[in-house]
Amino acid sequence: MSLELRNVGRTFAGKQAVRDVSFSAKQGKIIGLLGTSGCGKSTLLRAISGLDSEYDGEIAVNGAITRDIQDEIGFIFQEPRLFPWLTVLDNVTFGLKGTKNEKEKLGKMYLKNVGLADSAKLYPKQLSGGMAQRVAIARALVTSPEILLLDEPFSALDAFTKMQLQDLLLDIWETYQSTIVIVTHDIDEATYLCDRIIILRGQPGEIDKEIGINEQRPRARGSKLLAELKTEILESLDLNRAEESVN
Amino acid sequence: MEKMEAEVSTVLTKEHASKRKDQQIKRSKNVEHIVLGSIIPIILLIVWEILSRLEVFPAYMLPAPSVVLGTIVGLGQDGSLWGHIGITTYRVLAGFVLGTAVAVVLGSFVGFYQKAEQLFDPMIQAFRSIPSLAWVPLFILWMGIGEPSKITMIAVGVFFPVYLNIISGIIGVDRKLIEVGKINKLNSFQLVSRIILPASLPSFLTGLRSGLGLGWMFVVAAELMGASQGLGYLLVLGQNTLSPETILASIILFALIGKLTDWILKIIEARALHWQDRLVKS
Ligand SMILES: Nc1ncnc2c1ncn2[C@@H]1O[C@H](COP(=O)(O)OP(=O)(O)OP(=O)(O)O)[C@@H](O)[C@H]1O
Ligand SMILES: [Mg+2]
Repeated sequence: MSLELRNVGRTFAGKQAVRDVSFSAKQGKIIGLLGTSGCGKSTLLRAISGLDSEYDGEIAVNGAITRDIQDEIGFIFQEPRLFPWLTVLDNVTFGLKGTKNEKEKLGKMYLKNVGLADSAKLYPKQLSGGMAQRVAIARALVTSPEILLLDEPFSALDAFTKMQLQDLLLDIWETYQSTIVIVTHDIDEATYLCDRIIILRGQPGEIDKEIGINEQRPRARGSKLLAELKTEILESLDLNRAEESVN
Repeated sequence: MEKMEAEVSTVLTKEHASKRKDQQIKRSKNVEHIVLGSIIPIILLIVWEILSRLEVFPAYMLPAPSVVLGTIVGLGQDGSLWGHIGITTYRVLAGFVLGTAVAVVLGSFVGFYQKAEQLFDPMIQAFRSIPSLAWVPLFILWMGIGEPSKITMIAVGVFFPVYLNIISGIIGVDRKLIEVGKINKLNSFQLVSRIILPASLPSFLTGLRSGLGLGWMFVVAAELMGASQGLGYLLVLGQNTLSPETILASIILFALIGKLTDWILKIIEARALHWQDRLVKS
């Protein structure tokens, strides 16, 4: 599904959190949102998902303007948000429809994908932070959504698991051609995954810079191109800091 | 291959053994708790018994523990004990069920619908500030001193803690969990049954337990105001016949049965809430 934001902004109790954000993504594109803490990235994702409908501007999905919660949407929140009374497996299959058998089979497959095959019967209180986050990832991916909104999905994970899950995400993207918007603080992650990186800046947050990456996937981690992109992004972030210190 | 199987089985038995050891340790700790907790009561009982036998306490004021126990045994032998316990427990349970049912219906309504809250809650809060025992004369006037007035009284006592806890449970459900449900396109009914109900269960069970406690308190009041049978009746009887041992026997029975019913609820609570991540279990 294609996605389009036109002049989207959000005001909380008279205070603007983010303003005038416009971008569009064709089906199957991966958009990265980068920016300092508090510049409105999570707020934007909530607006896109429809969980928050009080925003200014318009959001169109497949060309149709809507403020409802999208069908076929997957959301990985900044926190795991697991249901404490359900086992890991039941948490993963929470949004699935169909017979119990089908659901469990699919759920177990995704648990295996995130490296938690042995933890199906545990309860959330028995999980570590990274394990809980991986359960949340499995729960969002298992429904094979057409739009995937990810809010710092891999930030609680070690470097190796993180890379594995990035590749899992790319597998799913390739199979289902999902449109993905991912918030991240990890520049390597952004350059590895995204077709376009949107850098937000300031309070209220605004689009500061957009960087397109026309490199085929899978990309080589640590390739020269990605390293150059990283320098570019770092410079633009650095620039911000210099400006802030002047103010 | 065989060797490996053997190894696996030794590992398994080892695991099993260590589990059993854990359980043993747990059990011995429990025993320790019980022993420690009962030292002072036992000493007090012995001192009391001795002082009573030495007639330091006059028997018509404070009879010896053995006499109280004898009274309970006597009641058991002539068969009236079960009648008293039965009717009191029946009153508490009937009132408990009635009060809980009304609280669940009203509480869910007020918890879920803002309009219902605006309609009902101020009135219920106002009623709450009336000490519930103040209703007694009115209930007697309306329903006589038979069972209906007693059960209604107990139900009133049970109602408030259950009602308040249901509402705070429903209102306190984490918005973030509800959002997960919305993202998964649950309809209102599914939101309630799959998220709001399980999430507010802990609060509901807390309400049930304090409701039951109040139920036992109110049954005393209800039976004091006029009954021909029941543990509260024994209290009145003991007062009128100047036999403190009957009063003490009744008090002890109240304590035992109240504790027993709370313990049952506590077990249900532990079963239903095993998923909770709590520091201490109360
Ligand atoms: N529900 C809310 N009510 C009031 N203010 C809010 C609310 N949600 C967000 N804000 C404000 O909006 C701004 C942006 O918040 P947001 O959560 O989108 O930041 P973010 O870019 O995701 O930051 P981080 O990287 O730390 O997650 C913040 O200043 C925050 O205080
Ligand atoms: Mg955020």
